[in-house]
Amino acid sequence: MNMTRSAIRMSGLAAAAACALAVPIVALDGQPALHDPSTVIVENGKYYVYATGAGLPMSISDDGWTWRRAGGVMQAVPGGKPGADVIARGGNNTWAPDVIRVGDKYFLYYAAPGTQPKAAIGLLVGRTLDPASPDYKWEDAGPVAWSDGVEDSNAIDPGVFRDPTNGTLWLTYGSYFGYIRLVELNPKTGKRLYPDRKPVNVAINSEASVMIFRDGWYYLLVTHGSCCQGANSSYNIRMGRAKKVTGPFLDNMGIDMLQGGGKLFLGSGGRNVGPGHFGRLDLGDGVEKFSCHYEADLDRGGISVLDIRPLLWRDGWPVAGENVKGGTYAIESARTGTALELAVQGVPVGGPRGRGGRGGPPPAPGAPPPPPPAPIPPQDAAQVSANWPEGPASARMAPYMIQAQQQWAIAPVANAGGYPGSPFFRITIAGTDRTLAATPDRELAILPAFTGAPEQLWRIDQLADGTYRLMPKAIPNSQEPLALSAVGSSTPTLAKFDPRSDRQRWHMRTQ
Amino acid sequence: MRIIVSLVLMAAAALAAEDQTSLTRPASLMKPAGADGFIQRWLLLEPIRVPGQLTEAAVHSAVEKDFPVTAAPLPKDGDVLKVGDSEVKWHAVDTVNYNVNLYHFAYALNRPTSNVLFWTVTLVHAPREMNNVRLAIGSNAASVWWVNGVEAAALYNDRQTVIDDAVSKRLTLKAGANVIRAAIINAGGATDFCARFLDENDRPITALTATLTAR
Repeated sequence: MNMTRSAIRMSGLAAAAACALAVPIVALDGQPALHDPSTVIVENGKYYVYATGAGLPMSISDDGWTWRRAGGVMQAVPGGKPGADVIARGGNNTWAPDVIRVGDKYFLYYAAPGTQPKAAIGLLVGRTLDPASPDYKWEDAGPVAWSDGVEDSNAIDPGVFRDPTNGTLWLTYGSYFGYIRLVELNPKTGKRLYPDRKPVNVAINSEASVMIFRDGWYYLLVTHGSCCQGANSSYNIRMGRAKKVTGPFLDNMGIDMLQGGGKLFLGSGGRNVGPGHFGRLDLGDGVEKFSCHYEADLDRGGISVLDIRPLLWRDGWPVAGENVKGGTYAIESARTGTALELAVQGVPVGGPRGRGGRGGPPPAPGAPPPPPPAPIPPQDAAQVSANWPEGPASARMAPYMIQAQQQWAIAPVANAGGYPGSPFFRITIAGTDRTLAATPDRELAILPAFTGAPEQLWRIDQLADGTYRLMPKAIPNSQEPLALSAVGSSTPTLAKFDPRSDRQRWHMRTQ
Repeated sequence: MRIIVSLVLMAAAALAAEDQTSLTRPASLMKPAGADGFIQRWLLLEPIRVPGQLTEAAVHSAVEKDFPVTAAPLPKDGDVLKVGDSEVKWHAVDTVNYNVNLYHFAYALNRPTSNVLFWTVTLVHAPREMNNVRLAIGSNAASVWWVNGVEAAALYNDRQTVIDDAVSKRLTLKAGANVIRAAIINAGGATDFCARFLDENDRPITALTATLTAR
């Protein structure tokens, strides 16, 4: 398998690049075609990701939603290719990089495979990620790990990890041929801290390893299955966890990843086949995302693409969240349990009725039972909106009664930008154009029509517990980012997001 | 007023022990907000009979019919109003609880508790101008609230009193006296309300005092 992998990857990328502009916009926008992405990293508000391919292709996004190809890393490396020592230990190819910022430096690790499983992990050191910066350049710092083609290791797919408990720096690497291995790095140089120490084996039968940490646990995420075969790829992301950085990493059934264990994090689903190469993107304030690539995006002709999705946590394990999709939702406050609505007098579904549902008097002896009551159809705005105000109206919260003023149509807005993983959304009362908007006094209004103004565009991030944070793209006369907030049982407002509180957490229930 | 207090106490005696002292006659000039910020001194107007409908339209119709709020002079304890064919009187009360129990109030006066409109008013003294604060209220049942003559919050339909059920938009309390006025409509059963101010971080403001006359 590994002998053919290089060729398959290269041809796949060429096809991906050719198709990138001709496919419908479904997941990330712009040019998301890539394979084996690094961790997505942010510098000065821009998002960067690096991938497998000649020269280590680089993609940049201004908002995390719309991506553009931006050349290759090796263009900024003296000689334009891996250093001689790296090539000598591995080969000329450049695959599956990973990147991290430590202090004022960036360390970019990449695989330089030769004839598999002979390969090396090379290190590049830079001061900025921005190709437009006068300080932009990458310096070759040589190989940090390698496999000789015989040992039980294939030194590709580096994953770099900074331990938040003590600042130590670690590298995992490996791919199917033998073990996933762990070595400690020097945080000052990015090179091996103890070059003579034997690497620690932490997993087997996998690749694309990377480690993350949360609440006292080290999580090792790897990719199982086969890559590089389009929709026939069985790639899937699996994980184990350990109390020590060196393992043992056990899955949810207690099976050591050194014996093939691994709890499923993400497999194929929807229109995407073969997720692999997990990377964590921590946006702060408790908002976490993860990146991966799909071997085949069926809505883009089956090419390999980058995606960014919410990272949730449940029972001590990471869970792959879903980006919000267009649809009709009830928006319910996690604080109060009341639902966001247009402030109008509600009408019971089916119209005012008496104490129905008790069946009425019993039938006379011998008489056939009466037919069951007819279903009551859903309420829509056209049925009950005759007395709704024509102009701007207030937003409020109330017990959810399945009424029309509580049904929100959420739809992505094209060409309006976005945020990591998603475009901005419009939020309107279903069946109407009445639009939820931020007001200059940092409150909310429901305007009679959607105009596309930035205060009518909403960012919807799923949080670690599965609830959502809703933020307007902009607030008139304000630079302060604020989130939809329940200030009381019946009152929504805009307020600074507090990750420790339920005030700004909302359930989005599909209708 | 002594008669009223006696009536309150007589009614309270028939109720649970913890309710006996929920409403008392003010014994001092000022009443600081409680530890949770609740305003505990109010002038209450004896209940006025209304249809007891609680929709937004019905509540506003009842409120506007009986009382031009923004133009009304500040009442005093003992003032009498003629509403329709009957007279109703203002009573000064302190509550020892976070809420003001209007059922106790009306029952003690042998007044109706169902299908009624209660008016209430107080003066909240702020030690300084306070910006970006919010009036936070709860009521059983519907209610409309004004701060310095401007409608600030409202609740409609049948409901129980929940702390901070409705919260105003950000507003400014003047240094000194601020007039807080409310109308509460009850259709049947228990009836009460609570009110406090929250700061810009949604924390209760305790540095307020309530009086019933401008200082």
